[in-house]
Amino acid sequence: MFPTPIERTAAPTQALYKIALPISLLLWLAPLLAVMLTSVRSQGDIIAGNYWGWPTDFDLMENYLAVFQNSPIGQYIWNSFKVTIPTVIGAVALSCMTGFALAVYKFKGNLLLFFMFVAGNFIPFQILMVPVRDFTLQLGLYDTTMGLVLFHVAFQTGFCTLFMRNFIKALPFELIEAARVEGVSEVRIFWFVVLPLMRPAIAALSVLIFTFIWNDYFWATVLVQGKHALPVTAGLYSLNGQWIAAWHLVSAGSIVAALPPVAMFFLMQKHFIAGLTLGAVK
Amino acid sequence: MLHRIATTFGAAAIALSLTAGSALAGTLVINTDTSNPAPKAAFQALIDGFKAENPDIEVKWNLFDREGYKTSIRNFLTAEAPDVATWYAGNRMLPYVEAGLFEDVSDLWEQEGWNDSLKSAAASMTIDGKKWGIPYTYYQWGVYYRKDIFDQYGLSVPETWDDLLAVSKTLKENDVAPFTIGTKFLWTAAGWFDYLNLRVNGYEFHMDLTAGKASYDDPKVQAVFDRWSELVEAGYFIDNHANYSWQESLPFMVQGDAAMILMGNFAVAPLREAGLTDDQLGFFQFPEITPGLPKAEDAPTDTVHIPANAKNKEDAKKFLAYVARADVQTTLNASLGQLPVNSGSERPDDKFLSQGFDMLSDAYALAQFYDRDAPAAMAKAGMEGFQEFMVKPERKDAILERLTKIQQRVYK
Amino acid sequence: MSDITASSRFGGGGASVWRRNQRRIAPWLFLGPGILMFVLYVILPIFESVWISLYEWDGIGAKEFIGFGNYVELVDDDAFYTSLKNNVIWLVLYMLAPPAGLLIALFLNQNVRGIRLAKSLFFFPFVISQVVVGLVFSWFYDPSFGLLAELLRLVGLEPIPVLADERYVTYGIIIAGLWPQTAYCMILYLTGLNAVSADQIEAGRLDGAKGWRMLWFVILPQLRPATFIAVVVTVIGALRSFDLISIMTDGGPYGSSRVLAFFMYEQALSEYGFRMGYGAAIAVVLFLIMMVYIAFFLWRMNRDEKGGG
Repeated sequence: MFPTPIERTAAPTQALYKIALPISLLLWLAPLLAVMLTSVRSQGDIIAGNYWGWPTDFDLMENYLAVFQNSPIGQYIWNSFKVTIPTVIGAVALSCMTGFALAVYKFKGNLLLFFMFVAGNFIPFQILMVPVRDFTLQLGLYDTTMGLVLFHVAFQTGFCTLFMRNFIKALPFELIEAARVEGVSEVRIFWFVVLPLMRPAIAALSVLIFTFIWNDYFWATVLVQGKHALPVTAGLYSLNGQWIAAWHLVSAGSIVAALPPVAMFFLMQKHFIAGLTLGAVK
Repeated sequence: MLHRIATTFGAAAIALSLTAGSALAGTLVINTDTSNPAPKAAFQALIDGFKAENPDIEVKWNLFDREGYKTSIRNFLTAEAPDVATWYAGNRMLPYVEAGLFEDVSDLWEQEGWNDSLKSAAASMTIDGKKWGIPYTYYQWGVYYRKDIFDQYGLSVPETWDDLLAVSKTLKENDVAPFTIGTKFLWTAAGWFDYLNLRVNGYEFHMDLTAGKASYDDPKVQAVFDRWSELVEAGYFIDNHANYSWQESLPFMVQGDAAMILMGNFAVAPLREAGLTDDQLGFFQFPEITPGLPKAEDAPTDTVHIPANAKNKEDAKKFLAYVARADVQTTLNASLGQLPVNSGSERPDDKFLSQGFDMLSDAYALAQFYDRDAPAAMAKAGMEGFQEFMVKPERKDAILERLTKIQQRVYK
Repeated sequence: MSDITASSRFGGGGASVWRRNQRRIAPWLFLGPGILMFVLYVILPIFESVWISLYEWDGIGAKEFIGFGNYVELVDDDAFYTSLKNNVIWLVLYMLAPPAGLLIALFLNQNVRGIRLAKSLFFFPFVISQVVVGLVFSWFYDPSFGLLAELLRLVGLEPIPVLADERYVTYGIIIAGLWPQTAYCMILYLTGLNAVSADQIEAGRLDGAKGWRMLWFVILPQLRPATFIAVVVTVIGALRSFDLISIMTDGGPYGSSRVLAFFMYEQALSEYGFRMGYGAAIAVVLFLIMMVYIAFFLWRMNRDEKGGG
């Protein structure tokens, strides 16, 4: 293990480490802690300019209730789910198939297709913006969650294909060979042999895509306008315009908006990191 | 190619699923950008009133976010047009008029006698000699000030440029910033440019400049910036104004750190909400600069239009006629906190509105606002230049040079 | 047995065609939906953007062909050079994220109590939306009541309006962006460190390698895959920088914090924009810059594919 495990070092170093760890953590998260503290501040504190001192009152319930009562943030969050969940399902489903095809079959253009999906990941969104917006308009899906879902599914398929293809490549190919010798059809091989082995990859990708899509802001501003379809990221920004100087509400709103991906991360940490760090080890 | 095929399929499927609900006869679809609390309530009342008088018309009201609406309108006018849509007068209508997306309502103006009753806004509703909608509200711009602070230092309302400089000097000496402003979203700086320009050069030059007939390297523009420098270089605006939105700039005035703000009448509501009483808050017309020059004002006008692709134009016309009515505009504007355009409407009770009403009635002419009179690309570049000037006044020449170049390109 | 199921499902003659050719047909069946979506939403739009960039178009009226007019205008546009310059600053400073991430990873790669929680919490900034990060930092920088202003006052300095000063604004936003980006790199390195072979460390120790020498000669070479990914995601992150700028400054003051991605959006879709052709031209330039990286990445991947078999 590198660096040297702390328990093998001298006592002062150990003590130092144990002090340094929480302090560094505190500094690292200071901006977030400030937001949390502000989200429970009373309006009086905000007006009196007590932004950084200890709150005189803890208005936890009041502030969070106020956020839900005098803003459409509940609707925004619901919209975010309406965008995120279908996207996760769609992108993972498509990429299970594309990944399988690219990993298992040898055919002309295989590598080329694979590279097409990979390259798609790195494309600056801006080059897609005008045509995708037009296309969505023509489909009549502008300003709907469905319009966002279709685009996200298509775009995420690039990254997911890279992920799935590499994952399946690493599976023992003998399993597929054996099934073929048995005469099992290709579709059944996919469904009954490979798919069950892909569970960890599916879990990892789902968590990852959930976070990416939940946090998307750019496409939400490009493809959606009205509050009936606006996801919480873009919604929060428009609320920021209304809640001028009501920082306790902005903070509470921010925390509410951040909660689902954070919860997802803590619940599925192992999968999340597995997904993110694919390729970091070889 | 593939796109087009997919589009056709998609559109067909969606058309099938939608026709059931949307195109019912007797349904009037209204899209508005009145998402802020007061306008929202005002429009709710307006639409309720219309329904009460026209029980056979089913009204479907789509309320859009005010900022988002500016992009949404481009889409819904082409894709699924409502029967009525709100918008703004002046150059802001031009792209839609040119693209044939607004209905010509000149005959309605004739028939309903609006050429008379809505006369003050007629010019700003006209493009190519035709009228493209009706105005329902406007509001004055001017200087809102802290009367109590003025009294404290024995100051009186400035009537001339020299008065204004003297007042500012006294305030500054007493550690009160003469003017608060938040230029983060640029247009507040354009208010200053407009007023200095209207007072130094007059209405005609404002219109020529925004229409591209006069250039930014004109000495007249120089003269505007020279006056402006006198304020900027003396430090008569609050520090760090580029960091703030206009709302964020109000607390300086509320807390007494600044004494004046050049703003539209919509600033009154938040200032009152923040605790300023009508005894503390006053309003005055922007002072005279070039002696004897007739005073024109900025009075941005909000409007209602019938999209060319509307399905129910008959009822839409009824709605326009309703909105234009004197009594309806009185009520609507009372709750908007703005001024009715119809000359038959009642004079508002509110202190600031009645002052504005008188000021605008006497005005030599009404301009829309820099970013509504100039085309979008020019407005953006111009306002960035104004903001930059307010932060770095020494760059005046470079800024004007840049604006001249951009103007040549925009108006080719 | 499977033969029987297959033929009973697909029926007589068809079955044999399917059976004989299924290994050639199957990949295309699996690829079909994915390729269709990807082509419609990603590949075609790239070409369409290139095409639109040759037109003057406001998005509602008729398109007017102007050849390379938009590009000619771009070369003469100050805002373009401001954006380009800022893009370079973003790229260079974002490169601090991998080493910073490595440093934190080394710091956290221990087995003390609570370290798992500490690792998760360090990773936290990456999980939350950039909108939230942007709001938090705008507030941190606020010259009248932000934490930064308070700190400066504490040591007797004047508050700096970071986001309203053309000299600092880009750096201010980049710092906000580095926060989640460093967290991302950290997690990549933590995973990499987990996989570092213990034998080699021992061998290194026997050779007398310690501290920095050990890191440089033994550990870093083994972390190369992690470094590669970290650099790639960081470059992409830097070139995609849009959210934070849109939220923290809207490109200001007077356009000085623009980058190409934001400039493009502003020209094509914002309140004063709707110059679709001009926006598309900016996007094409951005795309070409990105292509350099894409090509590099694909080249490396191709090498690995060939090497790995």
